[in-house]
Amino acid sequence: MAQPLEFEKPLVELEAKIRELKSFAEEKELDLSDEIITLENKATSLQRSIYGNLTAWQKTQIARQPDRPNFYDYVQLLFTDFVELHGDRAFADDQAIAGGIAFFNGTPVTVVGHAKGKDTKENIRRNFAMPHPEGYRKALRLMRQADKFGRPIITFIDTQGAYSGLSAEERGQGEAIARNLIEMSMLKVPVISVVIGEGGSGGALALGVGDRLLMLEHTFYSVIAPESCAAILWRDAAKAKEAAEAMKFTAQDLLRLGICDEIVPEPLGGAQRDYAITMENLSKALQANLTDLCALDTTDLLNKRYAKIRQVGVYSG
Amino acid sequence: MLKDLFRKPKYVTVSPTAPKKDMPDGLWVKCSGCGEILYNKELTKNLKVCQKCGTHLRMTARERIEATLDDFVEYDADLSSVNTLNFPDYEDKLAKAQAATGLQEGILTGEGIINGLSLVVGVMDSYFMMGSMGAVIGEKITRAVERAIAKKLPLILFATSGGARMQEGTLALMQMAKTSAALARLSAAGLLYISVLTDPTFGGVTASFASLGDIVIAEPGALIGFAGPRVLQQTMHQELPPGAQTAKFNLEHGIIDMVVERGQMKSMLAKLMRLHQGGC
Repeated sequence: MAQPLEFEKPLVELEAKIRELKSFAEEKELDLSDEIITLENKATSLQRSIYGNLTAWQKTQIARQPDRPNFYDYVQLLFTDFVELHGDRAFADDQAIAGGIAFFNGTPVTVVGHAKGKDTKENIRRNFAMPHPEGYRKALRLMRQADKFGRPIITFIDTQGAYSGLSAEERGQGEAIARNLIEMSMLKVPVISVVIGEGGSGGALALGVGDRLLMLEHTFYSVIAPESCAAILWRDAAKAKEAAEAMKFTAQDLLRLGICDEIVPEPLGGAQRDYAITMENLSKALQANLTDLCALDTTDLLNKRYAKIRQVGVYSG
Repeated sequence: MLKDLFRKPKYVTVSPTAPKKDMPDGLWVKCSGCGEILYNKELTKNLKVCQKCGTHLRMTARERIEATLDDFVEYDADLSSVNTLNFPDYEDKLAKAQAATGLQEGILTGEGIINGLSLVVGVMDSYFMMGSMGAVIGEKITRAVERAIAKKLPLILFATSGGARMQEGTLALMQMAKTSAALARLSAAGLLYISVLTDPTFGGVTASFASLGDIVIAEPGALIGFAGPRVLQQTMHQELPPGAQTAKFNLEHGIIDMVVERGQMKSMLAKLMRLHQGGC
């Protein structure tokens, strides 16, 4: 398990105590079940109070936890017969984005997503899921292919943002993202996006233009990382907490603002605590949305998608 | 010692006491390229291009419309931003930007004429909160695109922006999708869209409508890129080599079609529009 977050520490300590007591009881052949049950109830209620009242900053931290399920976990646990496809056919195979074809409950679909690694070595190979232009171009290639064969598309969003640096600038990072936005808006197949962790700015949006945006309960989707926002506006990255609150970017905020269509509940304590429950919840949500969208004819689908994208934004006059 | 004679004397750098003035409201303006003090009236007559070194200084949206269009009727002049998220100090910043620029928001859109050719046009203004894109800019561009489709007119957008507006959070981010989706429909209608990138164009604007022109033009010396210098420093602790993200850099890397001097911009736009009329 990843390092517990500051606000999780009382819970982690309590859970350690319970484990200790259990092994002590076993070792000494004592019946401490009453005490253990009391403590377990206490842990559950502590868990409820912690995870039921998370601040935007705490949610940011949970969304970034390295032991949350990543793209490959979802692929493995939600789909069957996954065949991974590689490369943008022009420059490279950017492993910050992965994708391929698979069955979802018997329906062939194209899956694409930001791929965070499980350890440092894998993260370096995948550039911490911060894609270069060729990553977005690979994603677009796979989505065009889905369009051709009439396969629905499911995208998984989990990045702190598109890679920023000389190599990205040289190869047209802006254009690569923009191209995905314009082309995704016209794909003739259903497109469902799921924010599974961090939704980092344009680098996230480049896989997120579609018919439905689902967000796991403890995720966020932001115009800029809270640290960067604080650094730029208040010249103090330490004010990230304030920036996180101010930007209203949690799944719950975005549901209210009409950007997120549905929140997928996570098990108590977060998706990393119980992969099976997370998958079950997401699988249900995906199937329901897919059934709805597959019932629409292409014109309807595209008009509804345009209306959904078109309506975002509040102004006066 | 003899060696001391060749040693460079050490000077202390004294920063100027007055803040750097680059708002074009004074009588005199200092060229950001060569430092020459220029008479503002002359400079404006020369389309804000330094007579001495050729640096293309930034223009306000109104100056650019004046310099590029023969006629202009504004759309949606009354749209203005609201602080939907209750973001700290946002109203204050908006009020200051409005007072300083005389604009409601960081873009003017409308219908215009260049050398007898009608078009729909949008011009961003970097003096309004660095041209950052919030819901109003997204909506004004989207409406302009939709009008171009309805009237079957070509569209030209002059971009200048630091990116999406942080004070509007994810709502600002989504304007990237909104403007791009509108442009998809323009493209499907077979209409021409020319994107002109001016100094500076970054972030969410580069990563959406500004990069989606059938033809993408930049002004000489304009800085254009995805990650702005400040973001690069803050997030990646990186600095790009000199010359990166200039118009020339973007041309050399195949990211834009051409670099056009301001004095030639109007005739180039007219020529491109004529080249997109007819065919067999």
